[in-house]
Amino acid sequence: MPKTDFIIAGVGGQGVILASDLLGDLAIATGRDVKKADVIGMAQRGGEVVSHVRWGDKVYSPLVQKGGAEYLLGLEKLESARWAPYLAPSGLAIVNNQSILPITVSSGGASYPPDEALVGTLRARTERVFVIEGQELARDCGAAAATNMVLMGYLARFLHLEQALWLDAIAQRVPKRFLEPDQRAFLAGWQEAEKAGAHP
Amino acid sequence: MKKLLSGNEAIALGAYHAGVQVATAYPGTPSTEILETLASYEGLYVEWSTNEKVAMEVAAGAAFGGARAMVSMKMVGLNVAADPFMAAVYTGMRGALVVVSADDPGIHSSQNEQDNRHYAVMAKVPMLEPSDSQEAYELVDWAFRMSRQFDTPVLLRTTTRTSHGRSVVDFEPRERVPVALAPLTREPTKYVMIPAHARKRHEVIERRLVELAEFSESFPYNRMEPGDRKVGIVASGIGYQYAREVFPEASFLKLTMTHPFPKRLVQEFAREVGAHGRAPLLVVEELDPFLEERIRALGIPVVGKEAFPPTGEFNTDVVEAGARKLGLLPASPEPVPTPPLPARPPCLCPGCPHTAVFYLLRRLGFFHSPPTELPAERSALGNLQRVGLVIAGDIGCYTLSVLPPLLAMDTQGCMGASIGNAHGLSKAGIPNKVVAVLGDSTFVHSGIPSLIDVVYNRGSITTIVLDNGSTAMTGHQGHPGTGVTIRGETTHALDYAQLARAVGVPEVYEVDAFDVPTLESTLRHCVESNVPSLLIVKGPCPVHKRLTGEALVVDRETCDGCGSCIRLGCPALALEDGHARVESPLCIGAQCGLCEKVCPQDAISALVRDGHA
Repeated sequence: MPKTDFIIAGVGGQGVILASDLLGDLAIATGRDVKKADVIGMAQRGGEVVSHVRWGDKVYSPLVQKGGAEYLLGLEKLESARWAPYLAPSGLAIVNNQSILPITVSSGGASYPPDEALVGTLRARTERVFVIEGQELARDCGAAAATNMVLMGYLARFLHLEQALWLDAIAQRVPKRFLEPDQRAFLAGWQEAEKAGAHP
Repeated sequence: MKKLLSGNEAIALGAYHAGVQVATAYPGTPSTEILETLASYEGLYVEWSTNEKVAMEVAAGAAFGGARAMVSMKMVGLNVAADPFMAAVYTGMRGALVVVSADDPGIHSSQNEQDNRHYAVMAKVPMLEPSDSQEAYELVDWAFRMSRQFDTPVLLRTTTRTSHGRSVVDFEPRERVPVALAPLTREPTKYVMIPAHARKRHEVIERRLVELAEFSESFPYNRMEPGDRKVGIVASGIGYQYAREVFPEASFLKLTMTHPFPKRLVQEFAREVGAHGRAPLLVVEELDPFLEERIRALGIPVVGKEAFPPTGEFNTDVVEAGARKLGLLPASPEPVPTPPLPARPPCLCPGCPHTAVFYLLRRLGFFHSPPTELPAERSALGNLQRVGLVIAGDIGCYTLSVLPPLLAMDTQGCMGASIGNAHGLSKAGIPNKVVAVLGDSTFVHSGIPSLIDVVYNRGSITTIVLDNGSTAMTGHQGHPGTGVTIRGETTHALDYAQLARAVGVPEVYEVDAFDVPTLESTLRHCVESNVPSLLIVKGPCPVHKRLTGEALVVDRETCDGCGSCIRLGCPALALEDGHARVESPLCIGAQCGLCEKVCPQDAISALVRDGHA
């Protein structure tokens, strides 16, 4: 089983940790070794959050190396660009088309880079960059709070694992009242990837 | 069964399976989840203690009573708990005592980067360092058995990445091992440390250390992993994992019991890989050259800190860079250029009850602040800017007030230090009025003795307790002021005002954190007064209470872009095209309303201004 490294980046409250937990669960369900590291900073709202997830036969380091991530899932554009150096040259980046202004920008000290600069940073690493309207897709399927699940569904389509395994992992992870909308959002993402003809 | 667990969860599960009966802690990153996980199990006593010293004393007391006890804390917590820790080293215990110290290389959420392995040397206790969650799970059981066998506390030392990193733990789902309390006997020569008894106990400790050194030589988790004999690597903890990535073919000596140091094992490894004749041993360890110095003392050629830095957290890239420096890997490929991106530093949340205090302190006259404050006619306190406040801060979310735009903190060192530091600043004779600011949990942790000191020694500082009803920064744990235990039982809630009056603080006030006029006038009164004062600023943590509300609205016609609201540092506010704008999903609305209250133009309000109010 080849090594597969993931980076999931976003802002506090976007559901980065839940998304990366699912990748951990899937690895165990499919008999892989897995390590995961979350970098959360402090407990306040609005800080940057990143999860490193590594699959393989035997995984030592819980942290992904620069240039090592086959997959970069960005729930926010600026944070996606921040982790671009971790993307493998042939890697795949899935970016949610959402901007959340950091305090350095909102207080007037800096400006939020334009899309060309942020997505361009990723495109400089790989041709395989997909920008997704995650919030819109989540809203359209009646699961406005589950953008992270839309993105996970999109990513999952590339990973050659049965859809049922994912839906089951979601069922194990999320509280009952969120289960139905979360699975719906996941499937919306999965279908979006197919629609875009994006899957390999 | 296999589960993906953090190191902290694995330690808790291991302790539960090992029959831990009493577990204590004070919250601190990266250790907090150990006790939180233990509190999810039944059949054992758990408590958030007032501070780490108390946590250590309670756990040691339980162990005196014959129980298997565990106390967990972040590394600087062991500084607070060092006194009872050293005491327990001398007495030993009938039960067992495992002390978990979670170090924070990289300073993710701490005030320093100290390497607590040195505590094991000073205390002469055995130390175990897990390198993943599986080892963490298994080593807890070893730690309890070793504590019992050698009658000593055992230090289990983790680091941020072993504490918070998740890896697979394979374990037998099983019932807890029921452990009976060891029988209680009175042994004052062992448990009452008058000098005559302590001298004898010191001899016992030295004999114990010799036995432990022998034990360490054959400890099963200290193991050689033969490989290419040209490169011999000694590593422990998370450093082992990174070294394994960078040197997949090398020979390894993986050390897990790192104190007492297994000298003969290291000598044997050095002979195996021919360290004397060929290349020196390589030591990959975060922070201090702990293993490196011990290997060098054996006369074995060794390379460590000259390649792998003594500062910061390691990762595979750091270890790889060290290997390149030593010529063990080819030169580095060109680094990938990345454009400069705006940082996303943490900041006080929308609706934070700390915000107004720092906003007003700065406005009252903070001696570092540049003279670019509000024009005097806009500030009710214009003539008070000469006061020149010095703000002694403390540990909590509110330390973020040191950053722009609040810029309202001068000193901050360790838990509870604000009051003592402020008193000292004042007694040094500086011309400025000194204010101490600390949170409720920090005040209870170690601020109270200093407050007593201020009164006793005729001080004059103002102390502000930011009471948000929670230990917020570490994830909203309870404390003696919250009235709820870790298991959710109702208990007495400490009354800070009553306490302050009892210790003799002459002026005590309680103010709502969002009542800006009262807060401002009370602050002004306190800093103008020449007697000690205590100001309790009450307001709930909005994240803890999950507060939401209808966002406020800026009237662009009225807003002249003066930036008064922006200086609150609220992430829900942005300045755009010369006008303020409220980021509506973040704003919690009128229950905070600080921006509305500080706006000199009355341009911000809860009412929609197009007539649909």
